[in-house]
Amino acid sequence: MVDVRMRVNGSIEKLDLEPRVSLLDALREHLGLTGTKKGCDQGACGACTVLVDGERISSCLALAVQYADRDITTIEGVEDPIQQSFVRHDGFQCGYCTSGQICSAIGMLAEHAAGAPSAVTGHLAAEQIDLTPEEIRERMSGNLCRCGAYNGIVAAIQESSR
Amino acid sequence: MTYVGQPVDRLDGTAKVTGEARYSAEYPYPNMAYAALVHSTIARGRITRIDSATARKTPGVLAVITHENAPPMKPAPKMTPMDLSTLATGTTVNYLNTDEVHWNGQPIAVVVAETLEAAREAAHLVEVEYAEFPAVLDFAAEEGNATPQKNSLISEGGAKKGDPDAALAAAPFSLDLRYTTPGHNHNAIEPHSTTAFWDKDRLILHEGSQNIAWTQGHLAVRFDVPKENIRVISPFVGGAFGGKTMVWPGTVLTVLAAKVTGRPVRLMLTREGVNRTVGGRTPSIQRVAIGAEAGGSMTALIHTSITQNGKVGGGPEQVTSQTRHLYDAANLQVQQNLVELDTIANTVMRAPGESIGSFALEATVDELAYKLGMDPIELRARNEPARNPIDGKAFAHRMLLECYEVGAKEFGWGERSPEPGSMRDGKWLIGMGVASAYHPAWQFQANVTVRLSADGTVLVRCGFHEMGMGAATAQAQIAADALGVPLGAITVEYGDTALPTGPGAGGSGQTASIAASLITACEKLRRSVFSVARKTPGSPLRGRRFADVRAKDGGLYDGSRGESYQEILRRADRASIEAQVGSDTRLGEITGQVRFMSKFLMDRRRWVKAACGAQFCEVRVDSDTGEIRISRWLGVFDVGKVINAKTAASQLRGGIVMGIGMALAEETLVDPRNGRIMNAGLAEYHVPVHADIPSIDIRYLDDPDPTMPLGLLGIGEVGIVGVAGAIANAVYHATGKRVRDLPITLDKLL
Repeated sequence: MVDVRMRVNGSIEKLDLEPRVSLLDALREHLGLTGTKKGCDQGACGACTVLVDGERISSCLALAVQYADRDITTIEGVEDPIQQSFVRHDGFQCGYCTSGQICSAIGMLAEHAAGAPSAVTGHLAAEQIDLTPEEIRERMSGNLCRCGAYNGIVAAIQESSR
Repeated sequence: MTYVGQPVDRLDGTAKVTGEARYSAEYPYPNMAYAALVHSTIARGRITRIDSATARKTPGVLAVITHENAPPMKPAPKMTPMDLSTLATGTTVNYLNTDEVHWNGQPIAVVVAETLEAAREAAHLVEVEYAEFPAVLDFAAEEGNATPQKNSLISEGGAKKGDPDAALAAAPFSLDLRYTTPGHNHNAIEPHSTTAFWDKDRLILHEGSQNIAWTQGHLAVRFDVPKENIRVISPFVGGAFGGKTMVWPGTVLTVLAAKVTGRPVRLMLTREGVNRTVGGRTPSIQRVAIGAEAGGSMTALIHTSITQNGKVGGGPEQVTSQTRHLYDAANLQVQQNLVELDTIANTVMRAPGESIGSFALEATVDELAYKLGMDPIELRARNEPARNPIDGKAFAHRMLLECYEVGAKEFGWGERSPEPGSMRDGKWLIGMGVASAYHPAWQFQANVTVRLSADGTVLVRCGFHEMGMGAATAQAQIAADALGVPLGAITVEYGDTALPTGPGAGGSGQTASIAASLITACEKLRRSVFSVARKTPGSPLRGRRFADVRAKDGGLYDGSRGESYQEILRRADRASIEAQVGSDTRLGEITGQVRFMSKFLMDRRRWVKAACGAQFCEVRVDSDTGEIRISRWLGVFDVGKVINAKTAASQLRGGIVMGIGMALAEETLVDPRNGRIMNAGLAEYHVPVHADIPSIDIRYLDDPDPTMPLGLLGIGEVGIVGVAGAIANAVYHATGKRVRDLPITLDKLL
């Protein structure tokens, strides 16, 4: 067992974990933060996306012990107008991928603001990259939605990027 | 204010964007234990040795349950139309009560441990040896062994009108084509999850389910307890699409594990476990043959199919269903055939039958249009029937050509040059295709109570299901209008067998089923409230007639005379007034089943009820690589009256997205040597991602069906129907290549 101290949604959490426990399972099963979802446990669906020091990661592929002293934000710690944009644009149906979509969108918008290009960006060195629907779709393609709410998700992200 | 038809935001929207919505693996219990399954690695045989000694010694392991030590369970109930919960059987295998293996992936042990990690580790340490039996595993190789599906009360295997073979042979224009479609898996993002707790002989079960009443009934039989002892709680379901209709082994074994250990047990299937233990859509082989006159009139239409059942369960898919209804062919034959394999039972998946059947039919119609040199929409118009083609029954509602008319205009169909390969944008070949969507409308039994409280709030209670349709929001809109109260005054309770029994979420029938009972319950409630008011001294409604009274502005009014519900209840000194439709007593249950069956049979004799639509798609195909991109989509639907403009459009759009996956990527790959699914994960089973989906335009005619509650026809499934056909047709238009084998991957275009 390993003592792990991490900051989750602004509060310090102390956990006594086996080293093999994923960050996702630590959040869900040890801290009761079930807003972060497990869809595949293999890094293929994006449902478990959380923000670590502002960057989006798949928490199912992360071992909790590696994240000692890092600043982790789950959907329970998100307070962002994008959430109501998701409701207004019906950017979900069943809601199971939604926490991951929202965390991923917040991380993605930060990447974009920092000038990171994507695979569909025309000029990799472009000073300013327009966040077109095509850009959003490309940058969000790691987050699956089986209900097919993609149009609403893109509209919600576009609205909150303005 | 009228709420029905408005684009109201989902009532559970905030819960879903804040992480507050709890799914079935998210209910905390003290002393929780975790389960993991061990799956067979052969398709058919007997377990000769199962050694769990090492697994048992793993720190934290509480139990390893195998067929050698599992307590007995009752076998799955036999199906009877008098108790529809007998339809809930996923497979007929009595898990861990047998040493026999019936499919590759069948659970043969369940490990229970203090932690998820320990359970998973120990599951890998269970050693198994088998004696293998010969097995039937290769669907394609079984084609010659298919037998015709028999007609049953609910589903008909075949029908014939005239002499289609002779008409086909005599037709001046004819086509006789073969299509194949692979198996599919629902792959809802929430893996099937169960939290089970036995409190003595009472079971509390948190289970993502499309049919909690069936789950309750099935488990009552398996564990030999009265069904009143089982409470199934399922307020949020993380996607289902048919995959959470039946009771699959994970559920049964979690309940068993909780019984063996005396602990609350949680099992979330691994993604691989979902594919191994939950049935999917059957693969199919189809034949569509059409004979036509030069002017386009169809003289013969034949559609036959072969699909698979598992030997341990599964049902036929109505692959030829739409072909009974879409074209006015003078001679017509449909026949569904079945083969049985040693695989997991197949199961329902979004528009079972029509989704794949429409691909074959609509692609053939398109091919015929080219053969005749006719526009494919014009060809459909020339064969639009006035009455149901197969039997001459009346259509309750049919606005398919209106859908095409609206769609052609909005989509710019007139700008399409019909010659294949004639539209181009640089290296991209552009193709436009259409296809018809069709799905029958269903209505089931629903028990509902509606309670009006003295503070003017209304509580609607019904054990229905929310998997993303916005079910509660739609019912709240209906109740608000029926009682003349603001939407905010309504609370809807659902997803719990402690509530009045609701309908299953299937057949696109849940909303209509609840609506029928809810409207009646609201009517009863208005009458009760009025009769209380009429008898209360000082009430402005004294001496009024109910027929003149309207529910509006949060009360009952005859013109300007009347008062608010709060006033009425206060004046009468009543805390609440309740109305009920249907009952969960034994007698009520039987009455309900009989009422459902007689209405179903009577309706079927009188009408053909269905939603339909026209799918318009534009594809761009890379002329060098064959890569296919969907660039535009418009779906125009006749779904009767729409309750919520926002969620209805989303659901139709979701069907189209799943159809795009089916057309271009999705395929459950089974190794024909050992019956093992080879791509049991989301990295290998490709569902559409953001980048695959353009803006999808949805229109609906919003014309109520006169035979359905509020005129609504159901929207959950019709959206996927016709999608693969429209894409195949657009791909032909772009490239001149007909692909008759799904999915349409780029290798098939090179």
